[in-house]
Amino acid sequence: MRAQRLWVQAACVAISLFMGVPIYLITLAALSSRESLNDFPLSLLPTHPSGETMSTFLRSTGILGGLVNSLTVGLSTVALSLAVGLPAGYALARYAFRGRDAYQLSLLLTRALPIVVLSVPLAKVFLTTGLYDTAYAVTLLHTALALPTTVLISAAIFVGVPREQEEAAMIFGASPMAAFGRVVVPQALPGIAASAIFTFVLSWNEVLGASILTLNRRTLPAQVLATLGESPLAFRFAGGLALVLPALVFIAVVRRYLLNMWGTPLR
Amino acid sequence: MAAGPARRALPLILPSLLFMTALFLLPLITGVAQAFRGPDGLTTGYLRRMVDDPYFWQAARNTALLIVVLIPLQFALALAMALLLRERPRLAGLHFYIWVIPLAISDLAAGLVWLSIFTDRGYLNSVLDAAGISPYAWLSFQHPATMFLAVVIAELWRATSLVFVIVVAGMQGVPRDYDEAAAVFGASYWQRVRHVLLPQLRPSLQVALILRTILALEAFAVAQALTGRNFPLLVGETYQWYTALQNPNVATAVALVVLLLSVVAAVGYLRLMRHGPEPGR
Repeated sequence: MRAQRLWVQAACVAISLFMGVPIYLITLAALSSRESLNDFPLSLLPTHPSGETMSTFLRSTGILGGLVNSLTVGLSTVALSLAVGLPAGYALARYAFRGRDAYQLSLLLTRALPIVVLSVPLAKVFLTTGLYDTAYAVTLLHTALALPTTVLISAAIFVGVPREQEEAAMIFGASPMAAFGRVVVPQALPGIAASAIFTFVLSWNEVLGASILTLNRRTLPAQVLATLGESPLAFRFAGGLALVLPALVFIAVVRRYLLNMWGTPLR
Repeated sequence: MAAGPARRALPLILPSLLFMTALFLLPLITGVAQAFRGPDGLTTGYLRRMVDDPYFWQAARNTALLIVVLIPLQFALALAMALLLRERPRLAGLHFYIWVIPLAISDLAAGLVWLSIFTDRGYLNSVLDAAGISPYAWLSFQHPATMFLAVVIAELWRATSLVFVIVVAGMQGVPRDYDEAAAVFGASYWQRVRHVLLPQLRPSLQVALILRTILALEAFAVAQALTGRNFPLLVGETYQWYTALQNPNVATAVALVVLLLSVVAAVGYLRLMRHGPEPGR
C-alpha cells in the first residue's frame, strides 16, 4: 500500500515535469540575453538573465500593433458573444419551446465543425462587404467560433439558478428585467465570467482565421506566424513566451470552473 | 404564462440563429462555389491542381499519421492522469493546475515552446551534450522520423489537457457506489477500471474523441513553428495556398476536404459508439 502511494506520487511528479518544464524552458530562453542564446550547450539555469530579447521582440514592426489588435479583437469577441449568446442560453434554460432540441443539436454541430477552415470563402465575403483586414472581420469569425459554447455554457449556468427565486421577485413586484438583473445575474456571474475568459483565450489563440482575414491589421499570433520564416530564434522564443504568458494567468483564474465548463454543457 | 414558450424564446434565440447562419452557411456556400466555379463555368480544375500538388498527398498522409499515432497516446495519458488524481495524491491542486495550463496554449505557441527544446542548439541537445552524447538534428528534413516525433510530443503536451479535463468532469458524475460494490465482490483495481469505470465514462470519452479528432485535423501551426513546411499538414496547405501561392480557389478546395473529413470523423464515431460491442448503460 505504501509502495503504491509512492508510485502514484512519483507518476504525478513526472507528469507535472512533462507539463511544466517546457514552460520553464521557454521562459528561460525568452529572458536570456541574445549572446547567451548563441552559446552551446545552453545553460539550464538563468545565468544570463536579460530583458533584451523580450524588448527587441516588442519593438519589432507589427508586434505592438498586433498586441493591441489581439486585445481589441478578444474583448470585442467577448462582448459580442455574450450579447448574442446569453439571451439564447437563457431561452434554452427556461423555455421548453418547439425546435429546442434541433436548435441545441445545430449548436453542437457547429461547435464540432472546424469553422476556421471556412476563413478563405469568408475572406471573399468580407472583401465584397469592405470588412476585410479589419478587427471587425476577425471579431465576427471568433464570435462564430465561441458562440455555440457560450450558449451551451450559459444555459447550464442559468439552469442552476432556481426559477422560483426569479418568480418570487416578480411576485413582490419586480419587473421581469429587474428580476433577471437583481436575482439571476448575481448568481450566474462567476460562471459567466469564466466563460468570458475562455472566449477571450479562444480568440487570443486563434491563428489561421486571423491570418487569412487580415493583411496589415494582424493579431499577435498572426503576426508571429507571418514572420516565422525570416525571424531569428531569439525572436521566436520571445514570441512563444508572449503567447504563453496569458495562458498561465487565465488558467489560474478559471481553474475552479474548468470541470463544470467541460463537464455538463457538452453532453 | 399567456404567451407560448416559443413566442418568448424566439426573440432570444433569433440573433444567434442569424449569426450562425451568416458566418457558417454563407461561407460554406461561397466556398463550394469558389472551389468548383472557374471564370468559364463549372470546373474541376482547382481540385485537379490540388491533387496534382505533391504537398497535398504528403500533407494528407502526415495528418492521418498524426491522428492515428497521437490520439491513442493522448487518451491513454489523459486516463492515466485522471486515475492518478482520483487517488488523491499530495499536492493534487498544484498538479491539476500544472496539467491544465496547456489548455489555454495555442498550437503556434506550443510549437515555439518545443522549438526551444528540439532546435539544433536547443535545450535537448544541450542536455545530451552535457551527458556526453553527441547532439542530433531532430528537426532536419533529413530526419523525418524525429521531426514527426517532435510534432507528436508537442501536440501530446498541448492537447492532452482537454481530454483530461473532460474525463475528470465525467468521473465526477460517476457514483462511487458501483466501484465500491465491485471492490466488495473482490474485483481487482484494473477489473474495476475496465468493467465499472470505463463503461460509465463512455459519453465523456465519446465527446472527447470527436472533439480531439476534429481539433487534430485543424492543427498546423505547431508543425509550421517546428519544421517550416518540411512537415506539411492539411490545414497548413490551406494557409500556404492562400498566403504564399495566393490562390484562394485551391485553398478553399483543401479547406473543404478538411471539413468533409471532420464530418466523416464525427458521424463515424457516433455510429461506431452507438453500435459498439458494449451496450451503453
